[in-house]
Amino acid sequence: MSAAFASSRTNGSEVVKELAFFAVIALLMSVMLLGVETVDRPTGLELAVRWDLVLIAIGATVIGRLGLIFRRENISRLGQAVLITLSAVAVFEMFVRFRELDDRWVSPVVLDMAFGSVVSTIVGIAFVAIIFATAYFTMKDKTAADVDESAKLSSKIQLAYRSNTKKIGLIGIIFFIIFPFIFGEDRSAIDLATLVMIYIMLGWGLNIVVGLAGLLDLGYVAFYAVGAYSYALLSQNFDLSFWLCLPLAGIFAASFGIILGFPVLRLRGDYLAIVTLGFGEIIRVVLINWYDLTGGPDGISSIERPSFFGMADFSRRVPDGAIGFNELFGMEYSSMHRLIFLYYLILVLALVTNFVTLRLRKLPIGRAWEALREDEIACRSLGINPTNTKLSAFAIGAMFGGFAGAFFATRQGFISPESFTFLESAVILAIVVLGGMGSQIGVVLAAIVMIGFPEMFRELAEYRMLIFGAGIVAIMLWRPRGLLSFRDPTILLNMSQKEKVAGEVK
Amino acid sequence: MTDNKLLEVEHLTMRFGGLVAIDDLSFNANKREITAIIGPNGAGKTTVFNCLTGFYVPTEGRLTLHADDGPRLLERTEGFRIPRNKGVARTFQNIRLFTGMTVLENLIVAQHNRLMEASAFSLAGLFNLGKYAKAEKEAVEKAEFWLEKVGLYAQADWNAGNLPYGSQRRLEIARAMCTDPSLLCLDEPAAGLNPRESAELNVLLQSIRDDQGVGCLLIEHDMSVVMQISDHVIVLDYGKKIADGNPEAVKNDPAVIRAYLGEEEDDELPPEVAADLHLDPKAQ
Ligand SMILES: Nc1ncnc2c1ncn2[C@@H]1O[C@H](COP(=O)(O)OP(=O)(O)O)[C@@H](O)[C@H]1O
Ligand SMILES: [Mg+2]
Repeated sequence: MSAAFASSRTNGSEVVKELAFFAVIALLMSVMLLGVETVDRPTGLELAVRWDLVLIAIGATVIGRLGLIFRRENISRLGQAVLITLSAVAVFEMFVRFRELDDRWVSPVVLDMAFGSVVSTIVGIAFVAIIFATAYFTMKDKTAADVDESAKLSSKIQLAYRSNTKKIGLIGIIFFIIFPFIFGEDRSAIDLATLVMIYIMLGWGLNIVVGLAGLLDLGYVAFYAVGAYSYALLSQNFDLSFWLCLPLAGIFAASFGIILGFPVLRLRGDYLAIVTLGFGEIIRVVLINWYDLTGGPDGISSIERPSFFGMADFSRRVPDGAIGFNELFGMEYSSMHRLIFLYYLILVLALVTNFVTLRLRKLPIGRAWEALREDEIACRSLGINPTNTKLSAFAIGAMFGGFAGAFFATRQGFISPESFTFLESAVILAIVVLGGMGSQIGVVLAAIVMIGFPEMFRELAEYRMLIFGAGIVAIMLWRPRGLLSFRDPTILLNMSQKEKVAGEVK
Repeated sequence: MTDNKLLEVEHLTMRFGGLVAIDDLSFNANKREITAIIGPNGAGKTTVFNCLTGFYVPTEGRLTLHADDGPRLLERTEGFRIPRNKGVARTFQNIRLFTGMTVLENLIVAQHNRLMEASAFSLAGLFNLGKYAKAEKEAVEKAEFWLEKVGLYAQADWNAGNLPYGSQRRLEIARAMCTDPSLLCLDEPAAGLNPRESAELNVLLQSIRDDQGVGCLLIEHDMSVVMQISDHVIVLDYGKKIADGNPEAVKNDPAVIRAYLGEEEDDELPPEVAADLHLDPKAQ
């Protein structure tokens, strides 16, 4: 080994030192987090020690580090890839043991069919293969020509994407419109598509606040909750129909946005994020504790389902004086009708959000949002009122959150504060950030990745979350500014699309 | 002479804690004139601008802008209202463009208030009603006019952050002019420019004064710019005015030579500008 290092900057003893250093770090970090566990025994809580986990953690760290040293010193590409893959498998093994899925020494997904499922075996092998292949192919020495080539490729992809945004959007819309015709009989497919669509809408709503106006809002779920409870309460207490409550829910949420925004929008960056996070929690705590109004933790149940625009009803037993949707169209009764109707409803709501956003971007208010994100001081020097501009972004974002909330309430028929935790805000924000701040199509992709995939691969149980996490880390590594992070100018003067991109890429 | 006054600064004092950045400063700037404010680093020049444009509230003193519609007290106006209705526009010592937006967009954002009105606060604009479409067309025309003027027409659709340094300076001036000011405040516009760009800047400023009839307040270190184009020079040192008059008179004032011109050999760039210069604008 020392011979291998002889020609390079690092010698053998330095490598050993480095590895020992990382082993100690891994030991320190893992001993408390992984090494001890509290176990509930009849005699009381006891500490159990799990040395296997600590050992694996240290092993994974040392092997991984050695892989990185190989890489740094440009030693054997195959060696690099093997070491990195080994390290990844060790991390995997650690995870499996940590969740107490299996306690044999090799990751069950790789060699052992712990779940007896072909799927998990294939996923396991694919997982290892992908890591190995990426390690092998990305770790080759990058010459200047390679870098140039990949830059050229990425600008080509950019160009293709940019000059076809409209087409891509249109294809997407058509796909979502015909979706129920393809999966019309599949209840879970429609349900999943509806769920994804809710998050797309929330992502688009939050995108106004975070992506365009650059205001980091960690409490967006509050407006979602306000919309949901507005509809539930208005419909139960005043017997108002969904179609009347929908705009009201939006107005309520927007007012909450303004009430919250007024005092806090002076704050910037981190401070704003913390205050909005607090606001989101306050709303949830109020919902839990105001028992007389909201039913507290019990929530509100049997919320009225939407009718077919007040003309027909979707239930099997139609109330007196109303007609059923199937009668109206002379069809057999099917419980799918309501689901498909709900799907189209959220699709329309989401598309309205999208079109309003796209239009607002090209209006003075939208340009002022983006300008504010870029430089607030310059905005003030140009006569733009920062407070009002931020408030408008906050209120409009909140309004769409409110619409989505009302839809959520009518779809579920039951709401409780459980549905509006900080985790929801975090997921919506992750969708916006992963999609690429300000990118509408990016939000769609990210919502499918974040919401659709974990649901689709539910059968992979615990593994899906691991793969999901790895996927997010990968996106953040390869596209740190989000999947689609190009900004489309809101107005162009004299150049063709091509020259414009050339001007920007260089 | 009196009704030619554009800006009247009376007994302006600005203290930061114990530090007196501006000490009882009074001066006037006239319409259709370029008034230069010079002085060593830390003399309080930028602070004067920050008071004029509402970024700081002066500790004492009165700042009056004699706009077409009568006198306005700037120190009592909220900062973001000062540029409105032919008010005061400014540029910054370290350029503040909307770097992620295109050059054209920068100039359109500068016309925000008029466009906002035309779009009926976005309601009419949402449905693209005629009035707004017309207003936007006018805004683009105005932007085109200034793009021609500062020689950036061909780069109109570039990201502002990708422009070379000198072009960014000119774009910032164009953006300020798009707010239709009656007074334009320029904070070291020639800093970091090469001699050719500096000469172009002189022409631009003279044209703003003569063709647009806009009064300029100019902070400048480059004495060639100051002597060539300014009609009136004010010299600050430690927040106090030490000279006030036409360029010739100021140049020969012994107090000025001692405080300012005597130090001309070490005409170092202010640190922010130097930092900006080292940043490759294309790399951003
Ligand atoms: N916001 C502030 N807080 C404290 N001191 C300030 C502030 N702004 C400016 N100063 C001080 O005021 C003095 C004048 O600064 P400035 O107006 O920037 O000088 P210059 O003439 O170089 O533009 C300096 O001593 C500076 O440190
Ligand atoms: Mg200064």
